[in-house]
Amino acid sequence: MAILVIAEHDNTAIQASTLNTVTAASELSGHGAGDVVLLVAGSGCAPAADAAAKIAGVSNVLLADGPPQDNALAENLADLVVGLAGDYSHILAPASTYGKNFLPRVAALLDVQQISEISAVVDSETFVRPIYAGNAMATVKSADATKVITVRTTTFDPASAEGGSGAVEPVDAGSDSGQARFIERTESGGERPELTTARVIISGGRGMGSGENFDLIEPIADKLGAAMGASRAAVDAGYVPNDWQVGQTGKVVAPELYVAIGISGAIQHLAGMKDSKVIVAINKDEEAPIFQVADYGLVADLFKALPELDAELAKIL
Amino acid sequence: MKVLVPVKRVIDYNVKIRVKGDNTGVETANVKMSMNPFDEISVEEAIRMKEAGTVEEIIVVSMGVQQCQETIRTALAMGADRGIHVKSDEDLEPLAVAKLLKAIVDKEAPELVILGKQAIDDDSNQTGQMLGALLGWSQGTFASKIELDGTTAKITREVDSGLETIEVDLPTIVTVDLRLNEPRYASLPNIMKAKKKPIDEVSPADLGVDTAPRLQTLKVEEPPVRQAGVMVDSVAALVDKLKNEARVI
Ligand SMILES: Cc1cc2nc3c(=O)[nH]c(=O)nc-3n(C[C@H](O)[C@H](O)[C@H](O)COP(=O)(O)OP(=O)(O)OC[C@H]3O[C@@H](n4cnc5c(N)ncnc54)[C@H](O)[C@@H]3O)c2cc1C
Ligand SMILES: Nc1ncnc2c1ncn2[C@@H]1O[C@H](COP(=O)(O)O)[C@@H](O)[C@H]1O
Repeated sequence: MAILVIAEHDNTAIQASTLNTVTAASELSGHGAGDVVLLVAGSGCAPAADAAAKIAGVSNVLLADGPPQDNALAENLADLVVGLAGDYSHILAPASTYGKNFLPRVAALLDVQQISEISAVVDSETFVRPIYAGNAMATVKSADATKVITVRTTTFDPASAEGGSGAVEPVDAGSDSGQARFIERTESGGERPELTTARVIISGGRGMGSGENFDLIEPIADKLGAAMGASRAAVDAGYVPNDWQVGQTGKVVAPELYVAIGISGAIQHLAGMKDSKVIVAINKDEEAPIFQVADYGLVADLFKALPELDAELAKIL
Repeated sequence: MKVLVPVKRVIDYNVKIRVKGDNTGVETANVKMSMNPFDEISVEEAIRMKEAGTVEEIIVVSMGVQQCQETIRTALAMGADRGIHVKSDEDLEPLAVAKLLKAIVDKEAPELVILGKQAIDDDSNQTGQMLGALLGWSQGTFASKIELDGTTAKITREVDSGLETIEVDLPTIVTVDLRLNEPRYASLPNIMKAKKKPIDEVSPADLGVDTAPRLQTLKVEEPPVRQAGVMVDSVAALVDKLKNEARVI
């Protein structure tokens, strides 16, 4: 039986999280599970389905295009997936707010215990997943007939967006439960790279002192082409928008370079960034726990260090 | 209306987690336990709804070992009205918890169930959505704002790209994010009063639910430890390391 991956997309383009999820699915194929089939559900999403068909490792794409699938309302999307589920041994979605929202509904309707946020595939029924904010790793084996899985995107490399030649097959877009209506989405967006895919991230914490002070990070982020992130304390204090939060309950990131400024390094923050390749910490408190995970630590007042850092980078970039 | 609030007893979020030597789980002996932080926020939200006059009764439910009654008492001391303890010495997976909650909803007929978005021990983030599906109800997950309006609720959700607002019909399931509110501390008089509030004890069998686990935990291990690196003494030295040693800029 084949593997169904539910694609995260914006009707036009496929989100990077889908590429990581396809890699997890391809690993399952390598362990004897079947072909990888992608479901693109949305409204006016044919362009996204065309893009999906080009992903390396995808055998074919199901296109469920219609108003009930607009804005990924969990009730409608879950019913659609349950209707398709009979043909698949595994159903995967990224462990983003998109996947986390609807996939447990699918699992419950199939009477299956979902396996959340896997970080490794051991075999077709055995998986590794972080628990306790990543302070322990559990290896679990599922006895359910269908394996319903969300995938921690940072631990699987993205599949190549080009090279595949899958066919796109339209399927019924299902019906509207009538119980929920989308009203609006406010994206903080901007010009910067997306946190979860950025090569470099600079995050500020409570030590930044105010939202205005994040201006000190801006020119440095510009020079490094970095995304900007934050600790929960900085978000809660209203310095920056909620979607900047990195951590157990925010985003999980693993860039090549993560710079933590005025962040103490609580376990809930570390849970979201400790898999970064190189970690830099700037903090005025030499006892701050963040230094225990930092490759390079600098004990300094950030109000002095940030302008200096900007000037040093200007010399070499 | 009636509101149901499930509260889980978990290892306190400040405790440093230690994996057991035999790799069967994490150390829980003599470890401080507390209410799941998200669930404190659910309880607080329900109390605010009651204070605003939109809610008449708040029922809290906790499932697990005998000491879950302490967690229920904490919620009662904050201001919930009564408790239900589903006693079980087995580990209950989210699917089992959702089925047990469905049985309680069928009996109590609340119009709203407010859950945490995730339990900080298993980090599953499933139970509320599963309960919504089993009941055939709508859902509003990861809520940072809940506005009740007669037969509907407007819910602001924290999503990866920012904030999303949806409207759902009641009855509904809401799972809460951390920024929804700041939970209160129970006052001493309220702690005393809570001792007299009723807690019903039931078993999974009473509720007719099979809670046999579907996942077998083969082992629990420490995550790979990160070696602490070096301290640098100036910004110039830092930039030099990043450029010439780590080669990331
Ligand atoms: C259930 C739960 C989930 C959570 N989820 C998350 C999460 O996803 N992400 C997250 O980040 N947190 C999360 N938290 C919160 C977490 O426990 C910490 O409270 C939070 O990470 C602290 O943020 P901070 O490091 O910015 O603030 P603080 O801990 O207050 O640290 C501020 C740091 O700034 C330094 N500093 C101050 N001034 C200066 C200066 N002038 N120059 C240099 N350094 C300075 C200080 O020395 C200090 O180390 C969660 C908590 C709970 C209970
Ligand atoms: N054993 C339990 N008792 C009561 N509520 C629970 C229990 N397990 C999970 N929940 C509820 O479900 C939410 C999400 O948990 P989870 O799906 O395990 O991450 C928690 O915040 C609680 O509101």
